[in-house]
Amino acid sequence: MLDLLTLASRACKRYSCRRHGEYGPGRKDEIERAKSEGKDLTKEEKQRLRKEKKQQKKSKEKKDDKASQENEKEKKPVTSAAPAAPASQPPTKPTMQKAPSAVPATAPVSVPASEASGPADKPAKTKAELKAERRARQEAERASKQSKKGETGQQATTSKPKAPPSDLQPVVKRLPEHIQVDNPDVLKKLAKKLERQQIPLRLDYGYKVSLFSHLHQYSRKAPLTQQLSIPSTVIHPAIVRLGLQYSHGIVAGSNARSVALLHAFKQVIRDYTTPPNEELSRDLVNKLKPYISFLNQCRPLSASMGNAIKYIKKEISNIPSNCKEEEAKSKLLNDIESYINEKIILAGVAIAKCAIEKQKISDGDVILVYGCSSLVNHILCEAFEKSRKFRVIVVDSRPRLEGKEALRRLVQKGISCTYVLISAVSYILPEVSKVFLGAHALLANGYVMSRVGTSQIALVAKAFNVPVLVCCETYKFCDRVQTDSFVSNELDDPDDLIVTRKGTTPLEGWQNESSLGLLNLVYDVTPPDFVDLVITELGMIPCTSVPVVLRVKNVDQ
Amino acid sequence: MPGPYKETDLTERVEAFLSDLKRGGTGAGPLRGSAETARETTALLRKITAQARWGSAGDLMEIIRKEGRRMTAAQPSETTVGNMIRRVLKIIREEYARSRGSSEEADQESLHKLLTSGGLSEENFRQHFPPLKANVIEAINELLTELEGTTDNIAMQALEHIHSNEVIMTIGRSRTVEAFLKDAARKRKFHVIVAECAPFCQGHEMATNLSKAGIETTVITDAAIFAVMSRVNKVIIGTQTVLANGGLRAINGTHTLALAAKHHSTPLIVCAPMFKLSPQVRDYSKVRILSKVNVHCPVFDYVPPELITLFISNIGGHAPSYIYRLMSELYHPEDHEL
Repeated sequence: MLDLLTLASRACKRYSCRRHGEYGPGRKDEIERAKSEGKDLTKEEKQRLRKEKKQQKKSKEKKDDKASQENEKEKKPVTSAAPAAPASQPPTKPTMQKAPSAVPATAPVSVPASEASGPADKPAKTKAELKAERRARQEAERASKQSKKGETGQQATTSKPKAPPSDLQPVVKRLPEHIQVDNPDVLKKLAKKLERQQIPLRLDYGYKVSLFSHLHQYSRKAPLTQQLSIPSTVIHPAIVRLGLQYSHGIVAGSNARSVALLHAFKQVIRDYTTPPNEELSRDLVNKLKPYISFLNQCRPLSASMGNAIKYIKKEISNIPSNCKEEEAKSKLLNDIESYINEKIILAGVAIAKCAIEKQKISDGDVILVYGCSSLVNHILCEAFEKSRKFRVIVVDSRPRLEGKEALRRLVQKGISCTYVLISAVSYILPEVSKVFLGAHALLANGYVMSRVGTSQIALVAKAFNVPVLVCCETYKFCDRVQTDSFVSNELDDPDDLIVTRKGTTPLEGWQNESSLGLLNLVYDVTPPDFVDLVITELGMIPCTSVPVVLRVKNVDQ
Repeated sequence: MPGPYKETDLTERVEAFLSDLKRGGTGAGPLRGSAETARETTALLRKITAQARWGSAGDLMEIIRKEGRRMTAAQPSETTVGNMIRRVLKIIREEYARSRGSSEEADQESLHKLLTSGGLSEENFRQHFPPLKANVIEAINELLTELEGTTDNIAMQALEHIHSNEVIMTIGRSRTVEAFLKDAARKRKFHVIVAECAPFCQGHEMATNLSKAGIETTVITDAAIFAVMSRVNKVIIGTQTVLANGGLRAINGTHTLALAAKHHSTPLIVCAPMFKLSPQVRDYSKVRILSKVNVHCPVFDYVPPELITLFISNIGGHAPSYIYRLMSELYHPEDHEL
């Protein structure tokens, strides 16, 4: 694997120093040589050939007008026939060896095209041209995908080996902006992007602890909406309201935030009209981008929100272009409604059922919960309704004191509760039989990202040999990996830590002390060896099975 | 002879001290530091020795034991009071033994001696020695000077344990640790993270004091202790009491801190002067109950000795396994129960 990556990177470097379109003659010779000699191309050359094929396709499509769908529809059978033909050849060979057999077949088709477009490509492309190219390529890919759905038989062979190489492709990732605050270039780029989208930039507040200088730190007293003009033409009012609710903590908790986001997007879609000469599928996605930047500025997006947004964008771009606006809008609204229903509400019901039926909550249990997790509260209320006899210990922590909300909900139902602060956890744990924790996200390396303090509770529970169960819906699983709580986190308003005790407020003038910093972390990661079980709607899995679930989900989609 | 006046004056002093103790420990944290309490107790005991009417060492010990029982009953969580009383009782025994001229068998080195040392215990301290009073008062004065210097003695050892660019974590407020860190900060540059220790949040005061001394300080919530522990080099804490098995009775949240340090293999150093050493082994907590919901608010945590790396006291550094030996040097086994 290491070999392939170094070769690929070397190949990429060689590509980057050459201009597009100058390959034509030299490459053709090589291909002819390989074809005639019949030897296997080296991995390097296979990579190069694959990249060349992509670029040739790009230059070919640049010539077509994006309005002329018919040409592309015609091209569909051509491009799908080409890979289909070599697919009929021995399909047992891995894709590596398929590439050289596929390329010579398409090379004679694409080489004359590249020759023709060669001299035209030599001058540097303008941004608009590149954009048009990209758009055309995307449309072609989408169209070919739709055609592939029709040709199931032959596509089965080409789609199956597709899965493994995607895992082994070199990762070309762009680091998210919100963890590169200490890089002035990234900040400049962000400022420019926000200016273009007409969204005010939120400024960092207060002295940041040096370990966290790569993260944003905002003050709750200075919300983004103060800098917005009224009426705001760029941002939909439902989104402005949502952003304000996020930044003030009125809507908190990953499920609540995702559901609120999806409802706001439903409102946006209802109020949306396609401008003339624009396509709904593309324009709506572009309309959503400034909204997402705005919400990100109000409060960094959570993993669940990120997954929801990805889903919406995919659904929007999958709308066929011949669909009427009303139809498209109602379809999107239905999609969002079904996403909320399936992934959040029904998943919660399934998890509660699973937990109760599999005797994870039995009579006489003393259950410890931390903070306010909507899913865990739901499970406990359901279990209480099914007449299980148990009592609950709610652990809370400053400065958010979310446990009070959980306590209120449970006591209303009639469950007998005890309330302690997190510093008393080692005092109360000898009485506890099980610990139920909620999660904000489950990372691909099995770590659980949750409210700060969760890892501490898991640690102390492990020390007392009390089982720890994490309850999490699958839409919160994300591809990221993280091993500590520093590299990617959220810093809340540091003024929240200030408190008055016995008439004095020692931290009142903390800004004036140059060597004093306040740290108000929001999340932390729990290592998988502290967690005994994860309950999801797919069943009960160990922490380390998260990448398996992600892979299964990706293949389904 | 100002006997009666002295008597009433003495009882007044004792009553004032008792009410102070009762007031000081009503759940809002000690009104004064342990060192203060220790000093006041010892001063009071010196006064009792000087002014009370007693004939022999046995009488004096009875008086002190009686007063001592009242004092510990007034505030059971303030163990320094009981410790000082035991120290004074040991002083009296030693002085008596010296006056009698018998060899210093106070240090019972071997098990054999322990079992066969019936000698002193049969003695009921009835003999009268005129210079005993003066000797005892002199010894108590020595104890007082020792008490006054404890914080400085501990702070002097700071540079041996803190190097440059370290990240040190502490919890709550301890005057000993404050002095320790301030002393090291004179010569070394390091970073301190203070866990605020809800609900009383004494960590805030500690942080402001440290930052005024020019130390880079960060305040974190209790929930973030494990999250930041991976970047911490040492954990230095104070304690309310050091127990006979080497464990601690320390402020709420210390056990979690110790577990997190153990998980990351970070050394846990406890700065505790010798007067905090107590022969008890039980742990103690406070409980308050409100209507439908039980609310627990323990004030102290028990930390087992396996989680502790080092004790720094005014007489040097020790491992937790050595504490029991120090116990036998400071207190006489018969005084363990007052």
